[in-house]
Amino acid sequence: MTDAPLNVLWLQAGSCGGCTMSLLSEGAEGLAAGFETFGLNLLWHPALSLESGDEALGILKSVAAGETPLDILCVEGSILRGPGGSGKFQMVSGTGRSMASWVKELAAQARYAVAVGTCSSFGGIPSGGANPTDACGLMYNGDRPGGLLGDGYRSTAGLPVINVAGCAPHPGWIFEVLVSLTRDEIAADDLDFFARPRLFADHLAHHGCARNEFYEYKASASKLSERGCLMEKLGCKATQASGDCNLRVWNGGGTCTDAGYTCIACTSPGFEKAKNYQETPTIGGLPVGLPVDMPKAWFVALAALSKSATPERVKQNARAPHIKVPPAKGRSKP
Amino acid sequence: MTRLIVGPFNRVEGDLEVTLETAEGQVTGARVNAPMYRGFEQILEGKTPGDALVIAPRICGICSVSQSVAASRALADAMGLVPAPNGRLAANLVSAAENLSDHLSHFYLFFMPDFTRDIYGDRSWYEEAVQRFAAVKGAASKDFLPARNRLLHVVGILAGKWPHSLAIQPGGTTKAVDQGERVRLLAVLSETRRFLERVVFGDDLETVLALETPEALTAWSEEKPHSDFSRFLAMSRDLRLSELGKTPGRLMSYGAYPDEGALWLSGGLWEGGAVKSLDLNEVSEDPASAWLSGGVGHPFDSDTLPDAEKDGAYSWCKAPRLQGGVVEVGALARQAIAGNALAQKLLHEDGSTVHGRVVARLIEAARLIVQMGRWVDEFRLKDEFCVHGEMPDEVQALGTTEAARGSLGHWMVLKGGVIHRYQIVAPTTWNFSPRDASGTPGPLEQALVGAPVREGEASPVAVQHIVRSFDPCMVCTVH
Repeated sequence: MTDAPLNVLWLQAGSCGGCTMSLLSEGAEGLAAGFETFGLNLLWHPALSLESGDEALGILKSVAAGETPLDILCVEGSILRGPGGSGKFQMVSGTGRSMASWVKELAAQARYAVAVGTCSSFGGIPSGGANPTDACGLMYNGDRPGGLLGDGYRSTAGLPVINVAGCAPHPGWIFEVLVSLTRDEIAADDLDFFARPRLFADHLAHHGCARNEFYEYKASASKLSERGCLMEKLGCKATQASGDCNLRVWNGGGTCTDAGYTCIACTSPGFEKAKNYQETPTIGGLPVGLPVDMPKAWFVALAALSKSATPERVKQNARAPHIKVPPAKGRSKP
Repeated sequence: MTRLIVGPFNRVEGDLEVTLETAEGQVTGARVNAPMYRGFEQILEGKTPGDALVIAPRICGICSVSQSVAASRALADAMGLVPAPNGRLAANLVSAAENLSDHLSHFYLFFMPDFTRDIYGDRSWYEEAVQRFAAVKGAASKDFLPARNRLLHVVGILAGKWPHSLAIQPGGTTKAVDQGERVRLLAVLSETRRFLERVVFGDDLETVLALETPEALTAWSEEKPHSDFSRFLAMSRDLRLSELGKTPGRLMSYGAYPDEGALWLSGGLWEGGAVKSLDLNEVSEDPASAWLSGGVGHPFDSDTLPDAEKDGAYSWCKAPRLQGGVVEVGALARQAIAGNALAQKLLHEDGSTVHGRVVARLIEAARLIVQMGRWVDEFRLKDEFCVHGEMPDEVQALGTTEAARGSLGHWMVLKGGVIHRYQIVAPTTWNFSPRDASGTPGPLEQALVGAPVREGEASPVAVQHIVRSFDPCMVCTVH
């Protein structure tokens, strides 16, 4: 750990504020204690800091001028470039300047730049539909390199923007990345092909899903609130989506699939462009999106085999909101 | 006359700029600008109706569940679907957990830090305020954040995660609760209740909820000064916050939390000191001062289309009006309209002020935790949590709820099986609206007039108290 605390400046671009709200749930002792413990000094945060108006502006100006060192720049929310490239869809209040221009200027000063959430990583929900505000991420337009800063951007530590994707990301993803930066422990090869930290992106959301037994047998739920696998009919993309979502608990006890609804791959660029989130598109009865790394022929063969081998218990429970059939007694001495 | 532009105006959940005209030490006019536009209503057009459950909640990371509830109700209204009773209870609980968390987040993280400003260095309570309520590092936020995390386990158990869940559906919720989960919910609620009694109120909730007049509240807080609520009440008396930030006092609530057959908190219009019935056909939105095209209209008949160069506009926010007039929304409105005696007496004695808004929020917090326990008990664990319906191709439908900071409505029109129009009017759209075509300022713009401005203040502290007393959510305001 470095001795002096690292200065963190947080900006909310075209955001819902949900990444901050998520981060606030970090730690049994609370976020403030976590920041203190690990040497993170919040220079200014739009939802949390005392400084408002002229005082806040003073901090932004001092950082932009290089007078206050900026160790970590966190940006939450899409960059709204419109209308017509003017950035007027988000003017930083009290400054007469667009958020896009502020982010550009501040990113040039940052030792590390972190995109918190899918919006600042790839564009996210505001870039959905016809993308009315010309929204993009810091270094991506959806899955295409570019964005506000361009593919060539490197923070002064030599890294591209670190994309802590997720809508909203798990508080642990954000916090663990920030703390790893205090230890200078994130290098280029700790990021995946979309510059997402591999500490969460090397897993699939499917890993650890509580519905795994239903998945194994392709015992599927046909309506929401049933206990079966959500992949075949209800749109679940957990077998394709990056994230250790089901290896952690969210808010003390939940995950999306555990709560009975489908994974919408919110850590992926372009998740906002999907249609019918809660239905699985099929061609010839086969789901269009097969599990990552899974050859199609094998999927077809294994699915057919496992369906035919599905135990009655699994079959019945898949179609019910509560467990209908408990596991059999089994051998008393395993 | 002097002109002051206050921004970046923080701790308001999003972007806000306030332009003040001041003369002789007070505000003489105000213009409120919501300077960020993302175009959610445009993004929703052409989508499958059910996709509103994915997109609409992402308008807001702090009212996410409220947006989810409003969207699910619009879809249920379209299908003529009544949610399963268990699903109704679960949605109430998730929504109540968010609202309670938001009320306390507002109090501890957004509102109270302003009392730690240097300008109050001469007040008797200043040192304690700094120790307790300093932004981020104060002792109170260190007490509160773990309690908030624990409270949000209600959402983890019932809806997977917060913010942005898909658990709340038109016919109920996707998660069927089992016996163990019921006990876990009760454990979270009892811990949250102890936090409220130990730290926030310093007394039994029953005692607090029995305080029915402003005088009784004052007497209680002087007798029991060592809670955060009493600390606020002492500062409020000293700074006369019951005279600050007055709106015209016409208040609205859609009502919230469906119980069997009726809403737990009934809705209506507070006008002339009495509760009247509310007709949502009389809601209109006026884009006169917004960088948006079009004219005045009901949300079923209006669009939201940007016009960044529009003359005379100064915000991305439309001006919603009821029967053509300004209304204020929020916890004070909700509690007074639902019949809470203390909220009604505060309005009768002072009108709607900074003091009353904060008091009503904390009283509602106490009421919520008690009511949540009842809802958990009402689950019939062997029954279903979600029912299903058929979506018509052509229909117009309305979903309403109360977010922590006030009334939220989703007006949806389907054509050819897809969303043709989706108009959202959020709580702070009402409270922070700009001027309408007749030049009438919005509630905050009116509340700011008369606010004191001390010598040399660039971001006047009284203005900050007033703005934050509404618990604004700017990301909902313009979406």
